[in-house]
Amino acid sequence: MAVSTSPPADLSAALVLEPVAAADWLVILPVAWCLAIGALLVMLRRPIGLHPFIAVAGLAGLVAIDGLLLQHVIANGPVTMVMGRWLPPFGIAFTVDLTGALFALTAAVVALAGGVYSMADVNDSGRRYGFYPFLMLLMAGVSGAFLTGDIFNLYVWFEVLLISSFGLIVLGSEREQIDGAVKYGFLNLVATTLFLVTTGYLYASFGTLNMADIAQKAEGLRGTAPLMTLTALFLLAFGMKAAAFPVNVWLPASYHTPRVVVSALFAGLLTKVGIYALIRVTVMLLPVEREELSLVIAAVGALTMLVGVFGALAQSDFRRMLGYLVISGIGSILAGIAVGGPGGIGGAIFYALHSMLVMTALYFASGVAAQLGGSFSLSSLAGLYRRHAGFAAISLMLAFAVSGLPPFSGFWPKVMLVKAALDIGAWWLAAALLVTGFLTTIATGRFFLLAYWRDKADDGLAGTVKARIPAAILLPLVALTLLTLTIGLYPEPLLATIQDAAAGLSEPSAYLNSVFPGGVR
Amino acid sequence: MKSLIFRAVAPFLTSLMVLFSIFVLLRGHNEPGGGFIGGLIAVSALAIYGIACGVETVRRAIYFHPMAIAGAGLFAATIAGLISMAARVPFMTGLWIYPSLLGVEVPLSTVTLFDCGVYLVVVGAISSIALSLEERGGE
Repeated sequence: MAVSTSPPADLSAALVLEPVAAADWLVILPVAWCLAIGALLVMLRRPIGLHPFIAVAGLAGLVAIDGLLLQHVIANGPVTMVMGRWLPPFGIAFTVDLTGALFALTAAVVALAGGVYSMADVNDSGRRYGFYPFLMLLMAGVSGAFLTGDIFNLYVWFEVLLISSFGLIVLGSEREQIDGAVKYGFLNLVATTLFLVTTGYLYASFGTLNMADIAQKAEGLRGTAPLMTLTALFLLAFGMKAAAFPVNVWLPASYHTPRVVVSALFAGLLTKVGIYALIRVTVMLLPVEREELSLVIAAVGALTMLVGVFGALAQSDFRRMLGYLVISGIGSILAGIAVGGPGGIGGAIFYALHSMLVMTALYFASGVAAQLGGSFSLSSLAGLYRRHAGFAAISLMLAFAVSGLPPFSGFWPKVMLVKAALDIGAWWLAAALLVTGFLTTIATGRFFLLAYWRDKADDGLAGTVKARIPAAILLPLVALTLLTLTIGLYPEPLLATIQDAAAGLSEPSAYLNSVFPGGVR
Repeated sequence: MKSLIFRAVAPFLTSLMVLFSIFVLLRGHNEPGGGFIGGLIAVSALAIYGIACGVETVRRAIYFHPMAIAGAGLFAATIAGLISMAARVPFMTGLWIYPSLLGVEVPLSTVTLFDCGVYLVVVGAISSIALSLEERGGE
């Protein structure tokens, strides 16, 4: 009735009137798909045995959707859809550019690997507790964060993924897990609150929350609005999310407590969402302020790298060491953001994507190692090479990848970052990157030496019995390892796409044009 | 609870409140009300029933597990957004139909479906919390 009686008005000023192409639905579909599957799983409480199959099928569908989305964005440039037909900046926009699409696809691949791995790792009680609904809702939050074009909406997706991650981290309700979850939860809530406060401050200065609108208004407001304060606050909030140096303590305190698959997903996804948000805000929205703060970001990045890798050297627990390696990787990405330019930003994006794949695979490997050796601790973990030589080979490949050695995926971003740092004369940053790579090799090499090559002292012949690894665990591990090997051997297509993505962030005219097709309103 | 008056009144009070919550839900499109507040009223009704007659009675009365109700609500809300795909308009655009039921024109919309979804999510999630709190508090 509301429509039939209202007076005629010029709707074109407020609404999107042209029909939406079916391909544009790919922008919102990853989120809607994950939400729908997650809701379905919450409803299906009885047939708990079906959960893994529905979730894995759903995640495979998500990979397909994100793949099509990336293809669409490569072919047609950034794509926008506004919710409820309202024109931006008032309607909430989902805008996907190459960066968002690349991150979303990699996240979906990681989640699919985690879904397959969980078939062997999550038992019936974990399923009844709701592992799979939480996983799907986590993916809804992660995809939403990568695809949205509205900064308050970004905050909402942060909340969605945070709440799901709380559910995942306490899965099992053991004492140690609750302890880790409290630290994780508290510090993440502080970071999210800071993000919200900063967003409110940003809205007060700009009068808009749409990212494209902010990017084009920033130039005019540079003299009057407190943009440096905003950038510094965003840096702190997202740095906390990403576990950058002074605010990194929550990560090693919590990532070793949940199930292996949960640690793996967190290491692959959560810190990278923080990094993505930092790249989006500092590089695209407030580039001049990023330039001003570049020395701070570079120092934070170098310290994060070194603190991470020294922490990794000091650990004797497999998963704790990996937690520190996650932090060290964040430092390298921050170095890229600090350097800026196509090389620096491209290197940061490449490193983030590489880190998502490799850190997840390494956590999987830690789970397998604990299964074969009976412990995560280096003091009792030994003889893995004798138990399963193929697994040892995979682990070694992953160790090389995380250290940035060729021919694996870690090598190319490291080259890009070092070259970009040297190009602007930041030799100390380049040195920090190289030293970190060297120390990471030592940390992982030490682990390999002790856990894989050292023979178990006590159990004589039993230690030489060849072990079998379930297919559900081996498959994602091998797939991710092959993926990093492929990227390492044949990086050209990905490299070209990433360079386009970095260029699209530094010069966002295509992004702005996608949100405001008629030019500046 | 041992009070006879309370136990006698509670079922009537509960049914009245649930009815009122649905009224508030449907009223919400143009006037104050809506799925969230309606859901909260429905949960308070269930909570009163639980205090009077025990949590088991409430669980039997609502038949479905509270979390399943919340899941159904989330599913309905997502579907409400996806319907606009068929009409070739952006996600979450409000679409209306006006079928005539028994000679009365009834405006139905995806917005209402979304609001019903919100209602169910609130009913499911909050009653899940309330019922488990009552369960533990009673012993």
